[in-house]
Order: sequence, then C-alpha cells, then structure tokens
Amino acid sequence: MNHAYDVSHLLAGLMIVASFALLYQDRIFAVLNIFAAQAILLSMAVGWEAWTQQRPHLFITAALALGLKGIIIPVALHKMIVRLGVHRDIDQVVGVGKTLLIGLALTSLSLMLVLKVTATAESFTREGLALALAIILLGFLMMITRRNAITQIVGFMSLENGLILAATGARGMPLVVEVSVAFSVLIALFVFAVFVFRIRERFDSVDIEALEDVRGDTK
Amino acid sequence: MRDTVILLFGQTIQMFLVLLIAPGIAGITRRVKARFMRRQGAPIIQPYRDLIKLVRKESVVAQNASWLFRSAPYAILAFTWVAAALVPTFASGLMFNWAADALALVALLGAARALLALAGMDVGTSFGGIGSSREMMIATLAEPAMLLVLLTMALTAGTTRLPEVAEFLISAPITVRVSLALALVALIIVALAENARIPVDNPATHLELTMVHEAMVLEYSGRHLAMIEMAAQLKLVLYISLIVCLFLPFGMAPANAGPAAWPVGMAVYLVKLVLGAALLGAWEVSIAKMRVFRVGEFLGGAFVFAFLAILLAFVTREVLN
Amino acid sequence: MMTSVALVIGIPFVSAAVLVLVPGYRISAAGNVLAMFATFLAGVSLLFVDAGASSYFIIDDMNILFIILNTLVGFTTSVFSASYISHEIETGKLTPQFVRFYHAMFLGMMGAMNVALTANNIGLMWVGLELSTLITVVMVGIYRTPSAIEASWKYFILASVGISLAFFGTILIYLAGQKALGEGAPAMTWNLLQAAAPQLDVSLLNLAFVFLLIGYGTKVGLAPLHAWLPDAHSEGPTPISAVLSGLLLNVALYALLRFKMIVSAHPDAIQPGPIMIVMGLISLIFAAFMLYQRRDIKRLFAYSSIEHMGLITFAFGMGGPLANFAGLLHMAMHSLTKSAIFFAVGHVAQAKGTQRIAGIRGLSVTHPSLAIGLAVGVFAISGLPPFGVFMSEFLIITTTFARAPWLVIFPAFGLLVAFGALLWRLQELLFGEPTEPSHKVSASSVPLIIHLGLVLIAGIYLPPTLVGWFERAAELLK
Repeated sequence: MNHAYDVSHLLAGLMIVASFALLYQDRIFAVLNIFAAQAILLSMAVGWEAWTQQRPHLFITAALALGLKGIIIPVALHKMIVRLGVHRDIDQVVGVGKTLLIGLALTSLSLMLVLKVTATAESFTREGLALALAIILLGFLMMITRRNAITQIVGFMSLENGLILAATGARGMPLVVEVSVAFSVLIALFVFAVFVFRIRERFDSVDIEALEDVRGDTK
Repeated sequence: MRDTVILLFGQTIQMFLVLLIAPGIAGITRRVKARFMRRQGAPIIQPYRDLIKLVRKESVVAQNASWLFRSAPYAILAFTWVAAALVPTFASGLMFNWAADALALVALLGAARALLALAGMDVGTSFGGIGSSREMMIATLAEPAMLLVLLTMALTAGTTRLPEVAEFLISAPITVRVSLALALVALIIVALAENARIPVDNPATHLELTMVHEAMVLEYSGRHLAMIEMAAQLKLVLYISLIVCLFLPFGMAPANAGPAAWPVGMAVYLVKLVLGAALLGAWEVSIAKMRVFRVGEFLGGAFVFAFLAILLAFVTREVLN
Repeated sequence: MMTSVALVIGIPFVSAAVLVLVPGYRISAAGNVLAMFATFLAGVSLLFVDAGASSYFIIDDMNILFIILNTLVGFTTSVFSASYISHEIETGKLTPQFVRFYHAMFLGMMGAMNVALTANNIGLMWVGLELSTLITVVMVGIYRTPSAIEASWKYFILASVGISLAFFGTILIYLAGQKALGEGAPAMTWNLLQAAAPQLDVSLLNLAFVFLLIGYGTKVGLAPLHAWLPDAHSEGPTPISAVLSGLLLNVALYALLRFKMIVSAHPDAIQPGPIMIVMGLISLIFAAFMLYQRRDIKRLFAYSSIEHMGLITFAFGMGGPLANFAGLLHMAMHSLTKSAIFFAVGHVAQAKGTQRIAGIRGLSVTHPSLAIGLAVGVFAISGLPPFGVFMSEFLIITTTFARAPWLVIFPAFGLLVAFGALLWRLQELLFGEPTEPSHKVSASSVPLIIHLGLVLIAGIYLPPTLVGWFERAAELLK
C-alpha cells in the first residue's frame, strides 16, 4: 500500500460519489455545485497523477478542469439559469430510486468488466479505468434520465470528467492534453448553444421512443 | 481455567456496563438538545428516575391483548441486551467473542424488531398498526444497507467477527479509504433510522401523523413500557458502540492485554460514548424531520453509500492483490 | 506524400480562415468552390505519390479512395451549395452574415474529415471526427427555427455521447498496445498497432472494439443509435444533408473499419464480423420499414441512408475479398447517389417551398427535368440496373449467397421492402395533381448530372485501375 495509490483512489472514489449525488439531486443549483465539486476533484486527481508520474504537461489539463469546469462553467450556468428563468426543479424521466439502482448496477458492471479485462495491467491503470468507466456510464445515465437541457450538459460534462480520468490513468498516453482542450471547446460550445438559442425548456430525451413524434412525421 | 474466569468476568462487566450507562446516554442526548434550544433541560439522570417510576407503576393491559403483547417486552429487552453485550466495547477478546459476529447482531436486532412490530399490532389500535407498518418499511430499507456496511468491513478485514475487525483496523497501517468513509456515512444513516431519531422519526413526539416507534409502543405502560424504553436506550448504546468499534477502535484493550488494560479501555470507551451522544443531540437540533414518504429516499441514500463502499473495497482488494 | 497530405488538409482550413474575413456571400461562395476544387486536385495528386506512413498521417490503398471520393463530393456539393444558398438568401431564410460562416464552416468540416481520413494516429483520427461533427451540428441548426435547434441539440447530445464512447475505446486500444509497443505515441499509431496486432492484449482489444463500435456506430447511424440522423438531415440546409449522408457517415464507418482491421488481425480476439452483420441487418430492415411512414422528403432519404449504411456494415461484417470489395464499392456508389438525390431534393424543396411529401405532387408536369433527375437518383439508390448501386448490391447478395445461403434472406428482404417504399413515394412525388406554389429552379444541376453520370458509368464499366484499388483495399480489410 502506498500513498500514491491511496490518494488517487480517494479522489476517484469521491468522484463516483459525486456522480451518484448528481443522479440523486433534483434541484438545479445543487446539481451545479456538485458538478463543480466533481470537476475540482478531477483536477486534483489529474494534478496528483502529473505529480507522481512526473508528467508536468498534465498540469495543463488539471488547470483546465479546475478553471473551466470547476469555476467558470458552473458560474456561467448559474447566471444563465437566473437570467433565462429555467425551471429550478429537474424533470426526471425515471424516478430517483430506480435511477440510483440502475446506477449501482452500471457501476458494478463496469468494475467487474474492467477489472476482469485488465487483469494483467498495473494497479493504477486498472483502478483508474474501472472507476472512470463507471463515471462515464453514470454521466450517460444522467443524460438519459433528465430532460432539462442544462442537466443534460452537466451529465455530459460529468461523463467527460470520467474520460479525462481514464486518459490520465493510462500511463504515457499522448494527446491527453490536446483532447482535454478539444473537449473543453466542445463543452464551451454546449453552454454557448444554450445561451444563444435560449434553450429553456425540456427537450425530448435521447429515448428513441420519444423521437418519432417530434415533428414532421406524425400528421 | 483462570483465563476463562477472567474473560467471563470481563464479559459480565460489559453486560452490566451497557445496561447501566444506557439511560445515561439517552439523558445526555436529551440534555444536549435542550441546551442547544436554550432550555435548561432535565438532568442527565432523569431517564433512570423515569425507569424506576415506570417499574413501580401498575401495568395496564388492553382487554383483548394476547400473550404476545405481555411477553414481547421481556423478549425484546433480552434480545437487545444480548446484542449489546456482543459488540466489543472497552476490550476485545471477551468471553462471548466467538459469537460477536456481525450477522448474528443483525439477526438479534431483527428479531427484536419483528416482535415489537407484532406487539404493536396485537391490540388492534390504528396507531399501533401504522407504527408497525412504517417500522417494517424502514427496516426493509435499512437492513440491506446495514448488511452491506458490515460486509464492507468484512471484506476489508477478512472476517465478519467484530472484535477481529476492530483489531485489524487498529493494527493495519493508517490509509485513506473512501470505502470506509462511505460505510461510516451509511452506518450513521442506518443508526439514525434504527434508533428512531430525527430525521426519520422523532423520539420526543406524540403527533399522530409522524410517529413511528412511539406509535407502536403507545399501548404499553408500567414495567412493560420500562422494558421497552430500556431496550431502546440499549439499542442506542449498541449502535454508538458499533460505530465506534468499527471506525474508531483506538483505545480499546486488545485481546491479549488482560484485565490490567481494561480500566483505560473503559475510560476511553465512555468518553467516546458521551461524545457520540452529544453529537447525536447536536445533529437532532440542527435538522428537521422528514416526511415519511421521503424516508425511503434517505435510506436509499444509505443503501447507495453502502453499496459504493463495498464496490470500492472490492476494487482496492482486487487491484492491490 | 507529406506535401499532398498537407495540401488536402491545409487548403480547406486555410481557406476557411480566409473566407471568414471575406465580406459578401457571392465572393465567399466562389471562394468555397475554388478551395474545394483545389482540395480535390490535391486529393487526386495522392494517386501519384507513394503510399507511406508517418507518425501522424498515413496514405495507403484503403484511405486514398475515401479521400478522393470525399474531396470530389465536397467539390460538387460546394458548387451546389453556392447556388442553393444564394436562393436561401433571396427567400430570406438565411442572412448574408450566416452565409459567410456557412462557407467557412463547410470548408472547415471538409478539412476535419480529411484529417480523420489521413490520420495514422488514432487520437488524431478521433479529433478529426469530433471536429467535423461539431461543425455539422452548428450547420444543422443554422436556420435557427425551433425544430432546427432541437434537431441540432439532439444531434449534439447523441453525437457527443458516441464520440465519448469512441474516445474511451481509443484509450483502451492504447492500453492494449502499451505492452507490445511501449508507452507513448507508438501505441496510438495505427500502422504500428496493425503490425503488432497479434501481440496486443486481447481482452482489452475486445472491450475497446465494443466501445468503438458503439461510439463510431452512433455516427454511422446504425440502429438503435440512429436517432439523431433523420432530424439532422431534415432540419439542416440540403447541401449539409448531402454531405452528412454522402461523406460523414462514410468517414465514421472508415474509422470503424480501421479498428476492425486491427481486431481481425489478432487471432484470439472476438470476431467483429457477426456483430457487424447483426447491427447492419437490424439497421437495414428497421430503416426499410421506417421508409413507409415518412412524410418529409428529407427524412425519407435520411432513413434510406441508414438502410444503406446497414447494408454496407453487413457487407464488411461478412468479410472476405469479394464482400469487402462490394462494401467499398457500395460506400462509393451510395455516397455519390445519395448526395445527388439530396441535390435534387434541394431543388424540389426550393421549387415547392416545402419538404412535406404531401405538398409536393405532380413534379413531372411542373418541373420535368427535375423529375427526371430525382427519378434517376431514386432508381439508382433502389438498386436498379444499370447503375453502380445495383452492381454493388448484386455483389453483396451473391457473395452472401455463396457463403451463407440462409443469411441472404435478410438483406434481400430489407432491400425489397425499401425498394417498394421508395418507388411508392417517388410516384407520389412525380405524378398527380400539381400542388401550388411552384417556383422556377435556379440552382445549378451540374453536380447532380456529374454524380448520376459517374454512378451510371460505374454500373456499366468499372475501369480496371479502379477495380485494382478496390481489390487492394478489400485485401487490406481481409
């Protein structure tokens, strides 16, 4: 047992807890706060990885996570919610209890899967990857079960937190920084889109059942 | 032979210790709550006086009450007392250590709860029925979480026997473990629910719509009520001891230290208990009771935490070995 | 080699940057056409350079075809969009400021697709695909009507999820290659991964392929991950629908094929074939039935794209030189035909002022030349001889019949169902009492003629050099 492992385990574990908190919350400001907390945890995890593996360029990713996703975007979304008058309560397609149970099942699945598949890899990678996949799937779940545009963005950003965690966990992977920058651009666009187009109310979920009656094809 | 006697002696001390301090712990919690509310509050020994008074009084039993109603308080007290005697308190390695299994504990408490719920329904009043049904709802949500917490500990320590878990945690190098922190949160939530504390239930209320535990015991009086109250107080001590034993075992007298280490262990234990009781009081003042319908979500949270704890414990085990 | 690659990627990006600064939509439209023509020439120049690979880029028989196809369709679409978009300005659906960005974004998207096609680094490939997706998202929402915004939002969400899963798959591929190739860039370089495929960590490789299949499969439009596709096609400007169907789906499938090549080079890895067969058939048959319920002309052909991507995926799932050959040919033919159809549909929608099929009747009376163009396109896409699509479909069916006769029922069934739906819709569009309004069509029909002409020629006579490339690419795919 060593401290390098302990700290990354702690941070990744807390990120998972934050993902569950996101699924549990039904108030939009609380969701933003939890997301900011998760982003800060991510930046700490990436920073820790940069420190222990001596990959200083990862500090850029950490700083990006902290500045953009930990501070700027939550604040911007917060203001936007106030300005656009978005509903403060979140519409849920699936109830909280069921969502949490599905979340637990997804988490177990990803842990079992990754730990089994990566039996020969080193412990850092295995753990990082397993927890990251869980965070990704939970973000996915959040996007599916919430109808509000802002929570869908938060779900996507939380999913992306998992991706960055996975990418930093893979030792020596090139392009991680570039990809994290690319993702940041993507997210900024998301937020921009909400603002510009004033996407205020619900959108139909990614549930395919609901898609056919959207428009054009029904009459 | 001499060892056995000593261990038996130690076990006896523990049995009577928990019985003796249980009302006091309840008194401390009440006192702390009162003080936070800027009230004088009853003295800490008030619960002792109440119990003595109740024992002296006549026990009034409804006409249609069955034998179950009359015998349940004795059984409930017995089950709870045995359970409280099993949890390692001031020393590990006492006489009943072999039986101090986490699963046995859950089973004993479950039996006591089932009896209480049956007794609540026995007389056939509507309050008793409501209380029992709510109690069982809470139990079905809390027990899986409780079991998961105990399994997390077992997975970390490699055994389900509480004294060994405690010893493992004392001896293991200090590490940061999210799983243990999550298990602690889950266990605290379960403990609040099981002891009918705020925000799940309010021990001080007799408001029809909200009470759970109090509704079940509404028909009891006299010595029966004294036993039920005693059992509830013991249960509180038990849970605080359990949390302390699993998450703060430091200061407990080790199995091989002998009686000489007991006084220190006992002093540390009492300090921890008093702190726990005071914290509980502070918590109860600072939070409002939930609607009964939200209890499911609250306990669901405990279940999620406990499940995550076991998953993370599993990951650590898997990855590091 | 590097010069040509640099040109193929550089010209679109540099001209995009220039076009943003150019005022006046006519100049920028001309600039777009010019830049795309230059890119097409750069793409063709790849034929005359030696194949090779650097750490970031690769040119081999596999992608050279895709690059030329991409730049050709990009060029013709730029010609089409020049006239199409000026009509949109005249009718006031778009403002000149938006059009400035439209042309710049079009070039940016083409550049990003070329990056994805030439990339040897799997991370770079991912970046190219992400970028092109993002740009198309913006372009789908360019009309800013509520339904356009909703379509682009849905596209955004689904594509992002797909792209995230693909990225996770990319990480897994890197980890699978790490043991054999060491830490750092080599484990992300496609040709090294391909060469070292038998030494890769097999379980990681399997998991990676599943993620990549779902991730890039979303972008290919395979059912059940197709939900974004009909909306994005029907709400965006028609040139974008043409590029989405004709090119972006191909590029996503190309990325998937690159990974399939790695996976099938490992002896113990999962067989990608059966999974792709199943996904392909589900998409094919599902989309074929969905064709019957469409009431929007662009959604109709969007579902037809899903159907054809399903058929192509099925062909690559079958594998073997002949099926792969047929799959590649079908990709090329579908790309040309479908973009031609969208050109025609764009004309039709502008002529009738609506995309609703109920509002488009009697085209053969009011716009005979357009009706012929549309009819030829639909005949070609339904797989009627003598068009190229017939040939590739014929090859797919016969090779399936030779190797797994019972399996042939499914694609044949799907194709027949789709055939019926398309012809039924076509006669609704062409005949009957002409509906009002009816405008004159001003947009250029040259791209339409070029595409359909190419498809016709390919159906009658495929030059041996072209066959040679297809065969070599099919050989690479195994």
